[in-house]
Amino acid sequence: MELTGAEIAIRCLQEEGVEYVFGYPGGAVLFIYDALFNQEQIKHVLVRHEQAAVHAADGYSRSTDKVGVALVTSGPGVTNAVTGIATAYMDSIPMVVISGQVPTSYIGEDAFQEVDTVGITRPCVKHNFLVKDVKDIAITLKKAFYLAKSGRPGPVLVDIPKDVSNQKTEFNYPSTVNIRSYNPDKHGDVGQIKRAAQLLIEAKRPMIYAGGGIVLADAAKPLTELVRLLGAPCTNTLMGLGGYPATDNQFVGMLGMHGTYEANMAMQNCDVLLAVGARFDDRVIGNVAHFGSIPRKIIHVDIDPASISKRVKVDVPIVGDVGNVLGDMLAVLHSSKQKPDPTALAAWWKQIGEWRSRNSLAYKNSTELVKPQFVIEKLYEITHGEAFITSDVGQHQMWAAQYYKFNEPRRWINSGGLGTMGFGLPAAMGVQLAHPDATVACVTGEGSIQMNIQELSTCKQFRLPIKVIALNNRYLGMVRQWQEFFHGNRYSESYMDALPDFVKLAEAYGHVGIRVDKPSDVEGALREAFARKNDLVFMDFQTDPTENVFPMVPGGKGLSEVILAEDL
Amino acid sequence: MRHIISLLMENEAGALSRVAGLFSARGYNIESLTVAPTEDLTMSRMTIVTSGSDDVIEQIMKQLNKLIEVVAVVDLTDGEHLERELMLVKLRAVGDAREELKRMADIYRGRIIDVSDKTYTIELTGTGSKLDSFLLAIDRGLILETVRTGSSGIGRGDRILKL
Ligand SMILES: Cc1cc2nc3c(=O)[nH]c(=O)nc-3n(C[C@H](O)[C@H](O)[C@H](O)COP(=O)(O)OP(=O)(O)OC[C@H]3O[C@@H](n4cnc5c(N)ncnc54)[C@H](O)[C@@H]3O)c2cc1C
Ligand SMILES: Cc1ncc(C[n+]2csc(CCOP(=O)(O)OP(=O)(O)O)c2C)c(N)n1
Ligand SMILES: [Mg+2]
Repeated sequence: MELTGAEIAIRCLQEEGVEYVFGYPGGAVLFIYDALFNQEQIKHVLVRHEQAAVHAADGYSRSTDKVGVALVTSGPGVTNAVTGIATAYMDSIPMVVISGQVPTSYIGEDAFQEVDTVGITRPCVKHNFLVKDVKDIAITLKKAFYLAKSGRPGPVLVDIPKDVSNQKTEFNYPSTVNIRSYNPDKHGDVGQIKRAAQLLIEAKRPMIYAGGGIVLADAAKPLTELVRLLGAPCTNTLMGLGGYPATDNQFVGMLGMHGTYEANMAMQNCDVLLAVGARFDDRVIGNVAHFGSIPRKIIHVDIDPASISKRVKVDVPIVGDVGNVLGDMLAVLHSSKQKPDPTALAAWWKQIGEWRSRNSLAYKNSTELVKPQFVIEKLYEITHGEAFITSDVGQHQMWAAQYYKFNEPRRWINSGGLGTMGFGLPAAMGVQLAHPDATVACVTGEGSIQMNIQELSTCKQFRLPIKVIALNNRYLGMVRQWQEFFHGNRYSESYMDALPDFVKLAEAYGHVGIRVDKPSDVEGALREAFARKNDLVFMDFQTDPTENVFPMVPGGKGLSEVILAEDL
Repeated sequence: MRHIISLLMENEAGALSRVAGLFSARGYNIESLTVAPTEDLTMSRMTIVTSGSDDVIEQIMKQLNKLIEVVAVVDLTDGEHLERELMLVKLRAVGDAREELKRMADIYRGRIIDVSDKTYTIELTGTGSKLDSFLLAIDRGLILETVRTGSSGIGRGDRILKL
């Protein structure tokens, strides 16, 4: 039987086992929406802005290991989606975005709602396609899902002109796909893995630096096993949090600009560094020359060769999937007669213990002002560390990363690479849909939440009982902090005047709002909110407006050139 | 250093702009870029002349390989290779200059492919620097127009870039 292009597209999504499509309709996707209407397998989540559709698909993907799917119309639908696509691209999130396009015969005529979607999105997708023939829809979507999920994951966009979605052809979904120009290496080179294992076993001051690749590859288990076997300290990047259990004694905390003192010092002073699924980002290594001033051997495992030796030259590059490589490395280590040197390790841990005793995350609590760190600590306690936490971008994001101890991967969901304000709430929607019975909280700021606040309406429609934890400091706090430190306290446009009454706003959307302005009310209010299992509760914590995030390695500085709270 | 990168890619709409976009987005130099389909019409062959430090060239190679439609990439400058560029140059040829220009074309093994009472059009192939030196050897005032294709490169002997 012949099907229309639109019907074929939906059938493809069904074949891929897609549960949810996050989207927003419009002229160019009318046939696709029609095809959605006629089936029940795939549920469509109607967002209030296309950026949110993409973030929701993204949150869905990050909290599972599935490909997120978003559907938007041509022109403004696509341009609204671009921020979401770039967000997913920077953090290597597998996603398929389907966009409508003007009919093929209109392309290039500045037609109504025409934009060059493939051109606009090219630099922020793993790949994209314009489908010009209905016969190509099935194979293109097959390729899109395959590309999104394999190798270094990423968003793939498929642009479908309106006429193509209405033409008919036979539907055959290919069971496999082969792209001759695309063959990501799954297994690391055996010789290199042996060299790496040998270096690690002989190390006097080993250090393991694990990033988002561990989470993406679902390789937390072999990582944990390796860290324990080596008796080495382990740090996670912002994207890797949960990749190694945060409450374990071998975990030295997050590293980088706002990392712990011990993580950064161990990174700087180790003699053998194993980097896995992490890309030596500028927010992590700071000043590359300063980092390179101390000699150390570096082993780097990454599925993307372009991540290796991009910013930091490495000694043992290993291209492959971290799960496989760590598995192979463990096998080598298990069969080796050599063991790590206990005396050297003891001395190393003694040194780390000294760094740790600086207690770099300590903060002064107050009986008058609500401290943001305190709110996160209580949030952690009350949710037993088991919630899914999404966040927006700013100081609140860093505090959530520092004070909520993630013991499992895929629980911490934030925009690291692009740093997209407005990510948190829509991402939480995707997470809550993927885990209907789980506790999902969105830690946000009064600035960020207003970038996608309209999604409170989507949450109402789909009954998503997300807990919004707004750390309301009445400032674009992260900007204010930089202005305080580096721009002589000139707070240029970082103060948010005329804020809405968030309690009333939540109520206007049909949710519950709670305002907290006393430290003594924090715990009770959180308990009350989380007891409301079926309600979205918007918690407006009026926090100390002058609080800053510490430790801080200023941009361009070395990891040991850190500012600690105690220094000020 | 100057490098000549050769690549095979799927002969698909938009593939060229992915390569060009990569160079501009990441701030890499392009001295020239040429592309045309190969004997296998599903594939195009591209030659890119670029320059940069070893680290930059390494990243360029990796980033090119990462493009989904790129089938194979080599840095021809890693080994023995040939490089040719075609130039068409239109010269003002009147009076004594007619003889002189014909002689210059011969020296550079160029061919006069079009003649009018005031002009010669000369076809010349060679490395980029040979073409440069031809232009330098000619009185600047006589040059009416030049068109160059940019370099095409190929490995010497058994060095073959094929799927
Ligand atoms: C306000 C703000 C402050 C920040 N401060 C910090 C900070 O203090 N510390 C910090 O760490 N970050 C910080 N960041 C985040 C930072 O910008 C980067 O996003 C982050 O450091 C990158 O993490 P990553 O190195 O783990 O790489 P990711 O972006 O997570 O990349 C993953 C890597 O793993 C590879 N990979 C993917 N899949 C696999 C696989 N299957 N096998 C092998 N490899 C794979 C990929 O190729 C890639 O190289 C901050 C961001 C913001 C917005
Ligand atoms: C879309 C977007 N615009 C601007 C920025 C730059 N920026 C980074 S943090 C920040 C302030 C965020 O304010 P708020 O959400 O209140 O969080 P706070 O830092 O106060 O916790 C800004 C403006 C950004 N990251 N994203
Ligand atoms: Mg704020």
